Amino acid sequence: MSIASTSVIQIIPRTRRGVELLLLIIAVGVSVAAYVNIGVTVQNEVPASTGYYAAGIALLAVIAHLALRFRAPYADPVILPCAVLLNGLGVAMIHRVDLGLTAIGRTKGVPFAPQQITWTAVGVVGFLAVIIVIRDHRRLQAFTYSLGLAGLILLVLPLVPGLGANVNGAPIWIRVAGMSFQPGEFAKVCLVIFFAGYLVVKRDVLTLAGRRFLGLDLPRARDLGPILIAWLASLGVLVFESDLGSSLLFFGLFLFLLYVSTERAGWLIIGGLLFAGGAYFAYMAFGHVHRRVTDWLDPWAIDGGQVKLGLMGQAWGGILGRGLGQGHPEATLYANSDMIISSMAEELGLTGLIAIILIYTLIIERGLRTALGCRDIFGKLIATGLAMSFALQVFVIVGGVTGLIPLTGLATPFMALGGTSLVANWAIIALLLRISDQARRPQTPAAPVSDETIALAVQKA
Amino acid sequence: MNSAIRRLAVAAMILMLALMANSTYLQAFRANEINGRNDNNRVRDSQFSVNRGPILIGSTPVAQSKPSDDRFKFQRTYANGPVYAPLTGFYSYRYGRGGIELTMNSELNGSDPSMAFRRIIDVISNRPQQGGSVTLTLNAAAQQAAYSGLGKKTGAVVALEPKTGRVLAMATTPSYDPNRLASHDNAKVDAAWKDLTEDKTRPLSNRAAQELYPPGSTFKLVTAAAALSSGKYTPDTKVNSPAELPLPQTTVPLVNEDGKNCGGSNNATLTIALRYSCNTAYGSVGLALGPDALREQAAKFGFGSRPLAELPSVATSQFPGDPNEPQTAQSAIGQFDVRATPLQMAMVAAGIANKGEVMKPYLVQSVKTPDLKTVSETKPESLHQAVTPQVAAQLTTMMIDVVNNGTGKPGRISGVQVAGKTGTAQTSKERPPFAWFVAFAPAEDPKVAVAVMIEDANVARNDIAGGTLAAPIAKKVMEAVLGQ
Repeated sequence: MSIASTSVIQIIPRTRRGVELLLLIIAVGVSVAAYVNIGVTVQNEVPASTGYYAAGIALLAVIAHLALRFRAPYADPVILPCAVLLNGLGVAMIHRVDLGLTAIGRTKGVPFAPQQITWTAVGVVGFLAVIIVIRDHRRLQAFTYSLGLAGLILLVLPLVPGLGANVNGAPIWIRVAGMSFQPGEFAKVCLVIFFAGYLVVKRDVLTLAGRRFLGLDLPRARDLGPILIAWLASLGVLVFESDLGSSLLFFGLFLFLLYVSTERAGWLIIGGLLFAGGAYFAYMAFGHVHRRVTDWLDPWAIDGGQVKLGLMGQAWGGILGRGLGQGHPEATLYANSDMIISSMAEELGLTGLIAIILIYTLIIERGLRTALGCRDIFGKLIATGLAMSFALQVFVIVGGVTGLIPLTGLATPFMALGGTSLVANWAIIALLLRISDQARRPQTPAAPVSDETIALAVQKA
Repeated sequence: MNSAIRRLAVAAMILMLALMANSTYLQAFRANEINGRNDNNRVRDSQFSVNRGPILIGSTPVAQSKPSDDRFKFQRTYANGPVYAPLTGFYSYRYGRGGIELTMNSELNGSDPSMAFRRIIDVISNRPQQGGSVTLTLNAAAQQAAYSGLGKKTGAVVALEPKTGRVLAMATTPSYDPNRLASHDNAKVDAAWKDLTEDKTRPLSNRAAQELYPPGSTFKLVTAAAALSSGKYTPDTKVNSPAELPLPQTTVPLVNEDGKNCGGSNNATLTIALRYSCNTAYGSVGLALGPDALREQAAKFGFGSRPLAELPSVATSQFPGDPNEPQTAQSAIGQFDVRATPLQMAMVAAGIANKGEVMKPYLVQSVKTPDLKTVSETKPESLHQAVTPQVAAQLTTMMIDVVNNGTGKPGRISGVQVAGKTGTAQTSKERPPFAWFVAFAPAEDPKVAVAVMIEDANVARNDIAGGTLAAPIAKKVMEAVLGQ
């Protein structure tokens, strides 16, 4: 009897929006507490801007929450609070570095924290737009090639004379109307959708058995075309934009999606070898890549080096950290952007840093969970791509800052100072939540259009 | 498809775990090493704002932090700076630390694990971190006597308590004022550092422990110890002591300082030979014993190992590795490649004084928390039994004879029996010889053993002799310890 009763467990789909609200309250609470803590330790008073900051972040969280409640009620309940917490802590630390820079007389113009709050608002607007405009992620499949083209254009924009701007050594920025953008962040989203759409159509061809070599099913030679193109494009980013991180990110994304869609490890191995070869070539051929590697191997050699100062900050933080407002994060270069993780590790210690990495891990794994649950291949690939782009990006930047791998200039998602990255990440989160809504929603009897029909439509178009 | 996604999920997890593992290694295990780097400004800034504990002699601070109202909260100040500089070292924002300031840094700034509990209490009660105090074993009177005794001469003095190994005095000249390096005025500190490092007399070097010198005739004590310990000699054994001792494999003979034979005899006893410091007598004894016996005896007194871990860069005294016969004869009288620190020669004297047992020298008596709880207290430790008590007694009698009747007369103290040995070591014709005197007193119950080395005294070459230059300083230091 018991056997019978357990075997027919009815899974009742639940929206879990209440859980999300509770988690959001915690996330906002922690962020505001961090902000107040910084004011109290540095300025001996609750900062006057607390109200502005608290109201702003709470309002944005509530708006995003309401959008989900009405437009994507079955969306994953953990992802949004994680994003809000990272965003809130990031703003608090940017504020902290503002105060630190003021204290040592190194302020560069306006304080950065209010800017970042403004950008957070823009990010949430983008989030709403994605949630409201894109009612069904499968419609994006119709824009596969347009988005692929857009992605490529965004990638090369910084190379356009007069538009590109070299910030911190890598020409991955553009300057329009006095504001700087990092188009690579949006290129990433476009390219994930392009890869997904492309692979939905091509996966069968790519899965066709080629040669077996050393126990691996290698693809046919003529199917290697796309991977070679992706490899060359990523090498192009590496060579012309000096950006090892982005290059690894784009190529890695493509490989992961290729692997997921074909389930053949051979691709990963070929791709891995190609990337290793390209990276080695770049190391030998280009001074800036070479310098990154030598900096990594011996960060102590350079007086006042970015990595060195960051490592010293992290060591100074130790296990429990100096406490918010009690370290010297301003002593590190780019303490509020590239090196914000180092600032966190200094004031919150190893404990705080691991908590932050775990929050990132939660987002990544919830994203992959969404991919698992998603019912269509296109959605699976997008969710996988977005989640893995997060994983790669966090690994590349945090690994660089903590000295695990050579440092490259990728933005720390949700935390680092910088509008483009923040807005792009909010869009990514929105897309993930949109897909997870589809994935977790109870299946309606009226079946939607099947993958095959869409695939056919795309091929014809 | 899902199985591939699952594998990616595991891969992503591994990436994140790698980040956490790496950060754990960095922040938990490598943090101390990185925080200790001299170029680490943020640690230095914060340490300069800590109420660093004092370095004490008895209850008198020789280094302490006083409140300051400039960019740091405290200013390190040194009382009697040049007198104690080789021990306290300096504490500089720009140029790191030296001496006890360096080796006991974590105790002085309160970050040592032994004070962890106290620090947690400070954090909880929101009190600023305060450092512990380090009490040195020094005898203030002896230290002052040593430093003023050296005066304008270039040299070093070390005094030890034979029974315990406590360092009672350690002075070096020329010295420097650590206050100049501890200043918060960077321009002044830079100028001072330039002065001190470019000064040819090397005032930053602690000649008492960080530099090696040929010990000359004071090393005859080690040769005598080896001879008596071999069982083949007594203090009354007559040895070959001509004015010139022909050496095998060379045409250059070993000669006595005065060009005469030993006290009027070509066959002086070991005692007489020590009294007049006859090179030929101890050269021939050294040849008879062989280099291995000499090296072993030297090692028992501490040669070949680094003493006094409480000071940085203490030099290891050495006996040459594989000398031929003429070199062995030269080594037996403290020439050729025999090199010793004044600290090492003080250990030789202290070992003989302490019935043959060399005690491990130490400089830090105790470490206390700011609320005066003792964190650690140094206990005397034996290093080696260098010679038997019988041999030590024989050596003592011979050294008394040196002071009463021989070259060591200037070291005599009225009412106290002093035992000692002089030395004058030649290195080259161009530079003046090194004048040495090692001694202990009172001979019957030694309270202090001392070694004095004068590197350069700006006096005429002929006047240099351990007895006349170094012995008076040793006498003053011993008198200071004995309270006379």
